[in-house]
Amino acid sequence: MKKSILNPESGGGFNPPLRLVPSAERQRRVSARGDTAFRWLTFACSLLVPLVMLAIGVDLITSSLPALKKFGLGFFFSEDWNPVTESFGAVSSIFGTLVSTCIAMVIAVPLSLAIALFLVELAPPRISRTVGTMIELLAAIPSIIYGMWGLFVFAPFMATYVQPFLGKSLGFLPLFQGPPLGIGILTAGIILAFMVLPFISAIARDVFQLVPGVVKESAFGMGATTWEVTYKVTIPYGLVGIIGAVFLGLGRALGETMAVTFVIGNAHRIAASLFAPGNTIASTLANEFSEATEPLYISSLVALGLVLYLITYLVQVVSQMLLRRMYRAWSVGL
Amino acid sequence: MTPMKRRPQTGRRAMNLLVTIWAAGSALIGIAILFWIIFVVVTRGLGAVNLAFFTQLPTPPGVPGGGLINAIAGTLVLTLAATLVAVPLGLLAGVYLAEFSEDSKLADFSRFSANVLMGMPSIIVGVFAYTLIVIPLGKFSGYAGALALGILMLPVVTRTTEDMLRLVPNTLRESALALGAPRWRVTLAIVFRAAKSGLITGVLLAVARVSGETAPLLFTALNSPYWFHSLGEPTANLTVTIFNYAMSPYPDWQQKAWGASLLITAGILVITLLARFTLREKKS
Repeated sequence: MKKSILNPESGGGFNPPLRLVPSAERQRRVSARGDTAFRWLTFACSLLVPLVMLAIGVDLITSSLPALKKFGLGFFFSEDWNPVTESFGAVSSIFGTLVSTCIAMVIAVPLSLAIALFLVELAPPRISRTVGTMIELLAAIPSIIYGMWGLFVFAPFMATYVQPFLGKSLGFLPLFQGPPLGIGILTAGIILAFMVLPFISAIARDVFQLVPGVVKESAFGMGATTWEVTYKVTIPYGLVGIIGAVFLGLGRALGETMAVTFVIGNAHRIAASLFAPGNTIASTLANEFSEATEPLYISSLVALGLVLYLITYLVQVVSQMLLRRMYRAWSVGL
Repeated sequence: MTPMKRRPQTGRRAMNLLVTIWAAGSALIGIAILFWIIFVVVTRGLGAVNLAFFTQLPTPPGVPGGGLINAIAGTLVLTLAATLVAVPLGLLAGVYLAEFSEDSKLADFSRFSANVLMGMPSIIVGVFAYTLIVIPLGKFSGYAGALALGILMLPVVTRTTEDMLRLVPNTLRESALALGAPRWRVTLAIVFRAAKSGLITGVLLAVARVSGETAPLLFTALNSPYWFHSLGEPTANLTVTIFNYAMSPYPDWQQKAWGASLLITAGILVITLLARFTLREKKS
């Protein structure tokens, strides 16, 4: 907000020589005191959010110290995960997290950019609004519902139709070998793609819309087709924002818990095949946390959480920086 | 003057058509997934929803009948508790960012933190509530669950409040101030009223967001087969019940999980649409 008379403290230098009657003087003082208190109250509340964010980080670090002390850096390089012998390593969870996220992004990015293109450039306004609302509703459906649908409907669908087909046509790659179980990393990745799709397409839609009309129109005026305008004008113009949107989706996919827990199979191992069951950091936490009683076990789980916190924090920072840069640059105008 | 050579059009046109089809197809895929999920939830859930579902306590495995009244009540209580804590705090924080902050570095950091916290996996917030409340108290409790949900709501309310307050024109504030009203009254009585529908939307969206959360409740509120007594105990809730029942081998429990899924999905979609409607009504 601009400095204005709204903030008397900002030094507008506007001090009319008022002669106040005593009662008005008192009233002014009371309201000024109320204002100061109100201001401090809101200020304290605004500090709450950053404090919580930092507190989560500090808390995760201190609570995971016992495990990190015990296993050292080996925690991040060991595939072992055995609550009975109390030997823990994060590799299989990190691996599963990265692979499922990769699958999700490979599917979700082209889909959501195409949806944004459809909504902004191709569809008539009324259809665009309706379809846009439906895509946004995909984001409103809770994770656990994706999980139920994934486990009872989508995984059998994968096992009967998609996986046998992939096995037959691409089975020479180790990625697509093995029995079509339905549940596994591939299924988890695909469901993740559907879940992050509305987040990416919502921002991509904003980006496409924010590209100034004159820029697009001048390209159309040269006789370019819609695709050429998108590919050569809109996308380069909004690239920063689109990358920001992709990172935002990435952050979502990395930490998504319930849907993945339902369909990934929850096995602490690394397999070459995408059909094989695996796990992610989030799914390990969801499955094992309420049953963990040994302090070292709990501490190891928290250490996994710390890894997830750091990764998502980093991804968030990048996406915020990119999006902010875009919106700031564009709000100034062309 | 040499005549201009015509560039061949066919390839470009074909490419454009291809992209158009791809874009429309992607939108169709998105819509298809939405309706597929809703269809499955409705058809499978309807069979489980009856009077007993809303009025009775759960039965032990193998015993037919029973309902999820305790989980329904628990979800309502947890969501309400989180809302009562997070909404006032979030509103006030939003007021500071929109009205007083003057874009200071600290306010910028606060805004940035809110965005980061919104993107933070909810299970991490669950871990935080676990180490903060469950470990010191030595037992799972509804308080820990409500805290986790409240933390998830806070940044959503803060950010929407700020955005909505910024939409209120400055002239409105200035005219109220000119009448001699103090700042706090201007904010609470004038600016809030002008931004009312936006603020309601923000709160509704935050409620919709947390009422479907499962991950932060798994090891905080846990679950319970009993009637809700106090937030100091493990508290039954719909989402964790869905998880436990779906993973159980009993068909009866799995059907109850579908019933609970229907309830949650319907509730959230209604709240979300309501929120969008409130805002659109205001705009037009």
